[in-house]
Amino acid sequence: MSASATRRSEAGSAHAGPAVSLPPTDASDASAAPAEARPRRRPRWALLGLTPFALYTLLFLAVPTFLALATGFFDGDGAFTLDNLTALAEPAVLGAFASSFWVSAVTAVAGAVIGALVCYALLAVRPDGLIRTFVDAASSVLAQFGGVMLAFAFIATIGIQGLVTVFLKDRLGVDLFADGVWLYQVPGLLLPYLYFQVPLMVITFMPAMEGLKRTWSEANATLGGTRSTYWTRIAMPILAPSFLGSLLLLFANAFSSYATAAALISQGAQIVPLQIRGALISETVLGRENLAGSLAIGMIVVMVVMMTAYSALQARTERWQR
Amino acid sequence: MNTRRMTALAIVALAATALTACSAGADTGAGSDVDAKQATSAEDFGGMDALVEAAKAEGQLNVIALPDTWANYGKIISAFEDKYDITVNSADPDVSSAEEITAAKNQQGQDTAPDVFDLGSAVALDNLDQFAPYQVANWDDIPEGSKEKTGLWVYDYTGLVSIGYDADAVPAPKSLDDLLGSEFAGKVALNGDPTQAGAAAAGVYLAALQSGGSADDIQPGVDFFQKLNQAGNFLPLDPTPATIASGETPVVIDWSYNNLAAATENEGQRNWKTTVLPGSAVGSYYNQAINVDAPHPAAARLWQEFIFSPEAQNLYLAAGAYPSTLAAMVEADTVDQKALDAVGEMPADLVQFTPEQTEQATSLLAEKWAAAIS
Repeated sequence: MSASATRRSEAGSAHAGPAVSLPPTDASDASAAPAEARPRRRPRWALLGLTPFALYTLLFLAVPTFLALATGFFDGDGAFTLDNLTALAEPAVLGAFASSFWVSAVTAVAGAVIGALVCYALLAVRPDGLIRTFVDAASSVLAQFGGVMLAFAFIATIGIQGLVTVFLKDRLGVDLFADGVWLYQVPGLLLPYLYFQVPLMVITFMPAMEGLKRTWSEANATLGGTRSTYWTRIAMPILAPSFLGSLLLLFANAFSSYATAAALISQGAQIVPLQIRGALISETVLGRENLAGSLAIGMIVVMVVMMTAYSALQARTERWQR
Repeated sequence: MNTRRMTALAIVALAATALTACSAGADTGAGSDVDAKQATSAEDFGGMDALVEAAKAEGQLNVIALPDTWANYGKIISAFEDKYDITVNSADPDVSSAEEITAAKNQQGQDTAPDVFDLGSAVALDNLDQFAPYQVANWDDIPEGSKEKTGLWVYDYTGLVSIGYDADAVPAPKSLDDLLGSEFAGKVALNGDPTQAGAAAAGVYLAALQSGGSADDIQPGVDFFQKLNQAGNFLPLDPTPATIASGETPVVIDWSYNNLAAATENEGQRNWKTTVLPGSAVGSYYNQAINVDAPHPAAARLWQEFIFSPEAQNLYLAAGAYPSTLAAMVEADTVDQKALDAVGEMPADLVQFTPEQTEQATSLLAEKWAAAIS
């Protein structure tokens, strides 16, 4: 979760930036001087404070990742090979990457938009009120509500013998699965994934939304701006980096999700994490254990591309914020 | 999340390596003057009684991937426990054959590592250096060709690919093509993903044999499931006793012993019937093997003796699986005749895939399966 923790704090700082820089110039000049001086005064040994975290990251993230990826370059007998990498071009593997990408993109965009709308709605209620407290608490819980529990919840409600399915069929004559049982195929992942994507968006995006100051909209109105200029010229540009940051977090979250899909999909291994499972545990197609390593490399490449695109985008949107 | 899983796997691997290093010098013997790890028959212990003593001294047996409902393993395990007063630790009943080997490698040197394996032939042939050779007392009862000559692996039991169905939900299927009919909409499940599970792959092989294919050409089997999926009849859900009980999987293509077990288990709740289609039948023996690094080497060997004794072999038969010593048992009249009558004689045209045919078939599955059913 360390990746998302970093991402969350980035989302947080993105809105803190403009909040500091917007007051009149003389005030910002005054605050700029000590801010610049501070790093010079900090002694070198203070970096030692990072050691526990650095060690933790190294031992539990970097080393295992490296070991897992390294297996992609060896065959079953330990000899160096590029066969596993070329296997990434197999149609079944490419199809899995396409499905993974598609599922992640759809649930990330839908989750981000719905989540942002929820945040917008929450601005209207009292920050310490009952509704806000309830939504915050529910989001924190549901954002982590994934895996087998979530899959089971869906099977029990809209599975073939689920409560809702049977009710719809018997009482209203609506057959959820008239065109085939989609819940156990790739489209069936969309609803369960949204179930944790939307709350995650609410948690990560709400701080940025709260950073919008009432005074800005008042200033906009005073200068003759309309409600739409406020959103298009002020609020949206300020929110854009954190919105995109959250979107990326949601994408990564769905892209790496394994347990929910594993509990729902048992045929075909249509997404990459399921292909990795298949390569590791198959009792029929043997000798592909090391393909799992190269599949992981493929996933990391996708994430690196996404991160690079994100930082390039953020550099652009931040230009005017300084 | 897969990063976390990978991390966990790596840590387990690291820990396993570290522990192996620590325990390498530890005493693993059971205290007798026989090195149980090297014993290749009960004679090496000084007879059956000595083997039983050595196994009792160990007191434990670790088995893996043996679901209670699979080929009567629940009863076989408790019969073994009762007879020898040895505790059987059954780990991960639902894992695949490949995972059994992985578990043995990861836990090498720990006292939780599996002692014995129950493996599909492909995995068994691929991991010969993981097994210890052992010949049971009734070695000659096992037909030639059903055992590795030193006893690294031995055929134990096979089922037939069958169609289990809830007779209250669907009509009885008389042929494979019946399953394409509209009364089977969204109802036909296969026990697992054929690119991962042997039972499911056998289901595809049967479909191939029944629709004009052969052991050398299983493409018609893949085509059949593609048609089944296009008709909206294929149910991409992994059937378990629970899904059968709840009615989620009204039709299941699986080994006959699994479908027969489902019928017994759901008696009074589901009207579960099992049918083996006329024509070619597909079977595939599961093998027994001993882990070369078994933490309880004597108990592992006693388990083999028990598994191939008429007592356990008849329990397989009672579950609808054909044990490998069946012919010898019929001859010696030790067979459970009632069970044999219920299961029926072994079909004459039972097709077993050779290792080469299996390899060719599975590489076709790896290439075509995902596309066929999505």
